[in-house]
Amino acid sequence: MSSASATTSLPRLPHTGRVTQARVFHSEWTKLRSVRSTRWSLLAAVGFTIGIAAIACAVVSHHWPHLSAADRADFHPLEPNLAGVQLAQLAIGVLGVLVITAEYSTGMIRASMTAVPRRLPVLWGKVVVYGLVTLVLMIPSTLIAFVVGESIFSGRRINVAFTDPGVARAVVGAGLYLTVVGLFGLGLGAIVRNTAGGIATFAGIMFVLPPLMNVLPPSWNDAASPYLPLAAGEAIMSTTSGNHLSPWVGLGLLCAYAAAALAIASVLLLRRDT
Amino acid sequence: MLGLDAPTAGDATVNGKHYRDHAAPSHEVGALLEARSVHPGRSAFNHLSCLAQTHGIPWRRVDELIDLVGLHDVAHKRAGQFSLGMGQRLGIATALLGDPSTLILDEPVNGLDPEGIHWIRNLLKSLAEEGRTVFVSSHLMSEMALTAEQVIVIGRGRLITDISVDEFVRQASGKVVHVRSPRAAELRALLEAPGITVSVEDGRGLLEVTGLTAAQIGDTASEAGIAIHELTPLQASLEDAFMTLTREELEYKPLVPVADKDEVAA
Repeated sequence: MSSASATTSLPRLPHTGRVTQARVFHSEWTKLRSVRSTRWSLLAAVGFTIGIAAIACAVVSHHWPHLSAADRADFHPLEPNLAGVQLAQLAIGVLGVLVITAEYSTGMIRASMTAVPRRLPVLWGKVVVYGLVTLVLMIPSTLIAFVVGESIFSGRRINVAFTDPGVARAVVGAGLYLTVVGLFGLGLGAIVRNTAGGIATFAGIMFVLPPLMNVLPPSWNDAASPYLPLAAGEAIMSTTSGNHLSPWVGLGLLCAYAAAALAIASVLLLRRDT
Repeated sequence: MLGLDAPTAGDATVNGKHYRDHAAPSHEVGALLEARSVHPGRSAFNHLSCLAQTHGIPWRRVDELIDLVGLHDVAHKRAGQFSLGMGQRLGIATALLGDPSTLILDEPVNGLDPEGIHWIRNLLKSLAEEGRTVFVSSHLMSEMALTAEQVIVIGRGRLITDISVDEFVRQASGKVVHVRSPRAAELRALLEAPGITVSVEDGRGLLEVTGLTAAQIGDTASEAGIAIHELTPLQASLEDAFMTLTREELEYKPLVPVADKDEVAA
């Protein structure tokens, strides 16, 4: 440590600064990019989206000659192509939780809230910065996954074009879906304020609740299941008609879940002690 | 005061406004709350930068403060690897970032090496000389005796006292006087009275008198024609003064344990 160079007079600073939302965005961007968990989680999400698409498409392409006519009829090339989104959403959602719970677990929240005592700009800063970062990374990732997957399928002439009905909506929608999942995780993390609890809540609602619905009578299950966050959001990527909401209604419902979580988090942020 | 915790009752304002209502709170108050209010994966530079950015404070200021607290060589290392003293220095840099007119520092010398303690002592004095208000809370009385001008004692959430350090010590001092006389036994008989205790300190004529001033003892001895070889009012240390004060507090509410914290403003 280089304490020898320490001096004892504090240089003056013109008091021109005032806290603005734009400045808090800048601050949150610095926070997000300056920790390792961000880089690893986002790298994992991009890697899963593209890598798993390539592997799944290659496997299907390899087995294509051995598939029955019925299997071929059920097949839609976008399904293996967007398979990576299933894993990517875990990385994005968990990072969303961490973006806020890491502040509480490290005590950083006290420094953040001392600098911005109105508190809400910090939460909005995280929502906007994290939302933009996932959007800017994940839409290109799903587009690259699409190009890679369909070029593998083109060898068998089973590929679809981006301009085919529903294809652009599903591919771009996958990137939108991942962004909203990340913000839902952020909202849940801000409510729970604890990393383990936040991740458990996120995973529970997204991945444990849907299979649990099977204990309900089938008619109830069929009526309620499409409205769960996972099923609703995934409707944007659907290629078949089935027991799910229409694509944009489904994604809109997931947005509503995320908005509700963030609204509850805002109220709690103002009311609770830090 | 900083609005981190809601008060059970009452209200705190800083320069006439609630802390949260200031447009640029970091220019008003700088606080060292706990040294570990830092993400361990973030470097000192990035930690200070993200806080500076909320106020649009330029990065040059961050560099200046890193140099000021002596973290230049480790500014880009992860803060989780910092020693207690380095974490403390980063916390002090955080408090000073906005060039605030008021500083609130909780146990600033914690974890600092002797050289670091000397540095923070001088830094606090120079900050106070520049006209800032510096609140320092500490359990180290000896440290406070060296830096503080004004002492505020808070116990069980109540303000117990708020006076200058000199006055604080004077109030607790002067109640005990050492007297040495070749005719100690005679003097003792003269001095003893209700409310006044005289004890024999050693076998060579030293008495410890509580409840009389040195002047009163001297006058009594002089009237009786007793020679005095030593007459010393005992100067209490800040720690003694603190103990005396809190002992008195204890007598009022003997069943409640004292969880004292003294705050000293230099």
